[in-house]
Amino acid sequence: MAQPLVKKDDDRDDEADYSPFLGIEKGAVLQEARVFNDPQLDPRRCSQVITKLLYLLNQGETFTKVEATEVFFAVTKLFQSKDIGLRRMVYVMIKELSPSADEVIIVTSSLMKDMTSKTDMYRANAIRVLCRITDGTLLTQIERYLKQAIVDKNPVVASAALVSGIHLLQTNPEIVKRWSNEVQEAVQSRAALVQFHALALLHQIRQNDRLAVNKLVSSLTKGSVRSPLAQCLLIRYTSQVIRESANTQAGDRPFYDFLEGCLRHKAEMVIFEAARAITELNGVTTRELTPAITVLQLFLSSSKPVLRFAAVRTLNKVAMTHPMAVTNCNIDMESLISDQNRSIATLAITTLLKTGNESSVDRLMKQITNFMSDIADEFKIVVVEAIRSLCLKFPLKHRSLMNFLSNILREEGGFDYKKAIVDSIVILIRDIPEAKETGLLHLCEFIEDCEFTYLSTQILHFLGIEGPKTSDPSKYIRYIYNRVHLENATVRAAAVSTLAKFGAMVDTLKPRIFVLLRRCLFDNDDEVRDRATLYLNTLGGDGAVVQTGEDVKEFLFGSLDIPLVNLENSLKNYEPSEESFDIYSVPREVKTQPLAEKKAPGKKPTGLGAPPAGPPSTVDAYEKLLSSIPEFANFGKLFKSSAPVELTEAETEYAVNVVKHIFDGHVVFQYNCTNTIPEQLLENVTVIVDASEAEEFAEVASKPLRSLPYDSPGQTFVAFEKPEGIPAVGKFSNMLRFIVKEVDPSTGEAEDDGVEDEYQLEELEVVAADYILKVGVSNFRNAWESMGADCERIDEYGLGPRESLAEAVNAVIDLLGMQPCEGTEVVPNNSRSHTCLLSGVYIGNVKVLVRLQFGLDGPKDVAMKLAVRSEDEAVSDAIHEIVASG
Amino acid sequence: MELWPLIKNILILDSEGKRIAVKYYSDDWPTNAAKEAFEKSVFTKTQKTNARTEAEITMFDDYIVVYKFVQDLHFFVTGGENENEIILAAVLQGFFDAVGLLLRGTVDKKEALENLDIILLCIDEIVDGGIILETDANVIAGKVASHSMDAGAPLSEQTITQALATAREHLTRSLLK
Repeated sequence: MAQPLVKKDDDRDDEADYSPFLGIEKGAVLQEARVFNDPQLDPRRCSQVITKLLYLLNQGETFTKVEATEVFFAVTKLFQSKDIGLRRMVYVMIKELSPSADEVIIVTSSLMKDMTSKTDMYRANAIRVLCRITDGTLLTQIERYLKQAIVDKNPVVASAALVSGIHLLQTNPEIVKRWSNEVQEAVQSRAALVQFHALALLHQIRQNDRLAVNKLVSSLTKGSVRSPLAQCLLIRYTSQVIRESANTQAGDRPFYDFLEGCLRHKAEMVIFEAARAITELNGVTTRELTPAITVLQLFLSSSKPVLRFAAVRTLNKVAMTHPMAVTNCNIDMESLISDQNRSIATLAITTLLKTGNESSVDRLMKQITNFMSDIADEFKIVVVEAIRSLCLKFPLKHRSLMNFLSNILREEGGFDYKKAIVDSIVILIRDIPEAKETGLLHLCEFIEDCEFTYLSTQILHFLGIEGPKTSDPSKYIRYIYNRVHLENATVRAAAVSTLAKFGAMVDTLKPRIFVLLRRCLFDNDDEVRDRATLYLNTLGGDGAVVQTGEDVKEFLFGSLDIPLVNLENSLKNYEPSEESFDIYSVPREVKTQPLAEKKAPGKKPTGLGAPPAGPPSTVDAYEKLLSSIPEFANFGKLFKSSAPVELTEAETEYAVNVVKHIFDGHVVFQYNCTNTIPEQLLENVTVIVDASEAEEFAEVASKPLRSLPYDSPGQTFVAFEKPEGIPAVGKFSNMLRFIVKEVDPSTGEAEDDGVEDEYQLEELEVVAADYILKVGVSNFRNAWESMGADCERIDEYGLGPRESLAEAVNAVIDLLGMQPCEGTEVVPNNSRSHTCLLSGVYIGNVKVLVRLQFGLDGPKDVAMKLAVRSEDEAVSDAIHEIVASG
Repeated sequence: MELWPLIKNILILDSEGKRIAVKYYSDDWPTNAAKEAFEKSVFTKTQKTNARTEAEITMFDDYIVVYKFVQDLHFFVTGGENENEIILAAVLQGFFDAVGLLLRGTVDKKEALENLDIILLCIDEIVDGGIILETDANVIAGKVASHSMDAGAPLSEQTITQALATAREHLTRSLLK
């Protein structure tokens, strides 16, 4: 009835696609499984049937509950056979079937018998099978055997027991923890893999006891581990210990010598594991990094793709934080651009883009152009993103980089790829003013022939915002109006809106825009017609040229100043009635912490979605928020908002951070409070600020938070007056004061009576850096020259002993709070001197440029020459003042 | 990073991307459809590469995949994106060489399907629930081969096929030495 598993040779010679399982059927195989019940078992035959069953499962076939049970019971009969081969297949089959608890009992005794058998192969496999299918109750019965097995002299048996232990620790930790002594013995085993498994289990048992892990690591790093795999584990555990013991002392890092020693191990996997561990150390220094980079560099020229990949991937990560450390590998990297393996080539290119300097950009772009044509979209996106950050780093190169982007924009590509390019161009336009006009034209050309509606509409929207501000807005009109002719309704509607924006912003274009908009009144799509009508009416298209009113501009360009969540809620609550929906009834208080926090994790700039994204939009959001509070409305224009500063430790009852808003004559502290106790409702929350250490500040207003329920952040504000235009500094101590009410967790209702309470917060400082805006310039030299030496102030300072030159540079940048230009914040390896360029805007909108020249004076002492140019002498002096007192 | 190297799956596909033998150790692919989708993308991403002399490597969807091809068979080992690539390559090499030893050098689809039991046992001896059991090809092949016959049974009672199996085993053993 059943076909023999192995056909005769001559049968299959003419069949190209021969398979022993051709035409196999579940039903037939299940029938065949009846041979398991034969009194005279044929092991070979039974093995074949099991193989067929496994083949079916492997191909994704599933057995019904009944079928599985039937097969399982039949398979258990096979324990009668003494054939080792068949027994092995039985083990595999049982694991695949993963029987239910009541079925497990049937095989338990057979497996236990095998576990104590003289045949090592039986013992090892029976342990693995039993531990896989067992539940906790059975475990106590076999515990004794497992403990013995862990120290069995046969490594296969020991490994089987240890690996099973690792699995069981997830479900029955208390039992496995009792095996600690045996496992410890096994760590000393001569067999490589036993050592590996024992170390993994031992660490897992002790993982919550930091001291024990520490002890384990320090005893093993002295050198008793032979297995490369175990050595890799030890490296991982060691770096964990280093991480957790970080910031204890400034001196040599504990265990660093061990990691460095592993770089000379004979096994490549250990060398690589150690090199990677070193590069991932917190605050790794150049000196620590160097030996790791050296071995990775050797890997780059290995004949094995895996080694090259591993090395280039790690170096790529290092290049993000320590670009200078990787520059030594640049020559090896460049040869990898032509690597057969495209993953390696892409990683090499993006690494080069991160580490390259301004002079090598053009050569690199030439190489990339050849390379782009033969890689997949996903790699291209990575390259585009790398080019974008390169362009931001070297704004002078915007012409060639922008050209490159527009060239690849014209080539074939999927949506994600095109979106990445468009996003990059948009970001470059935003951040590099010189690139604006060319960039906009590239985008215009792109929408002439763009198959993606989403991208077309987004670009049109962006054109509407940026186009009117250019020197010659009229040249964009043709591109936009063409869309009205040639595109689908969605794009047409977007084009109409964009036209209207040009009309509103550029009065000279108005009559011509009206002509175009009137033509759109005959569009066959409702939305397009509606928009055209609306804009014609709001812009006064029927009459003569009129000055566009402020409220019209606001209507067309103002972004919605209401939190979308609030608007959504209000709209949901709105019931259709005589009274129309009033947008002003939507609460403007921002419930959740605004953009500032969301910005931090979102590393990828959003590009088109929110054109003025990035720092300006945060300021916008804050400005809107503050101007919606009447007490602060007359403070004038917001100059700067700081990043949130935490005033509480993590995981305390109330989490509070503060944002400092600087106005010309005022400072507003925005306290973002979160109540982390479910049983409490806080009401009338204020912060009592003691400004006795800030003499120039006087409190003028405060805005309490009415109620602060559990886990929904709220804000309270305190405003101070300060001398106008002067960078007053000072220290403020803060006390959170509130009325606390108990909340019944089951109903969520608060009691009526509350108790007044206070909560001490940490101190807050207003520093000089708060008065300087980080504003970059694209060409520092030009800016420096054009500023002239009229208001230049130069002086020299000794900074005293410093950990490194880089540390000193960062300290001064932080102190001044200015924007480093042209990548000069990065200090090359081992350099004895460094020049850093900074730019910013001082309060009162005074542009400031700073040139810092650092030099090492003696082994650790850092000396600095500070040259400041600005539009106002007093400001130049003020910068020196900051450094002198900082 | 994982505290120990974890293998997410081991795959052998044929030259059209169809399954020969696969084993998944991770819940990342809960359904057969998800598994097939993964195999399809692995296959299409790697099929044009030349992974015949040295193991090749690629990265996608947060997985690292090392692979090696022989005849019409494609071997893959997958790990998480933070895994040590060289460890994954060691597992692949161990698997690949062990299959080579057990199939006596003629490693192709036909041979693999005819000896599917050996392949499955081989996978079973390399990784247990994602944890690496063994990477030395000789040891793996030894463990799989030693099962073929119950050493206790007298030779006269063996059938022809069994005798052939014994012969094969002896051959393998001599290869291993």
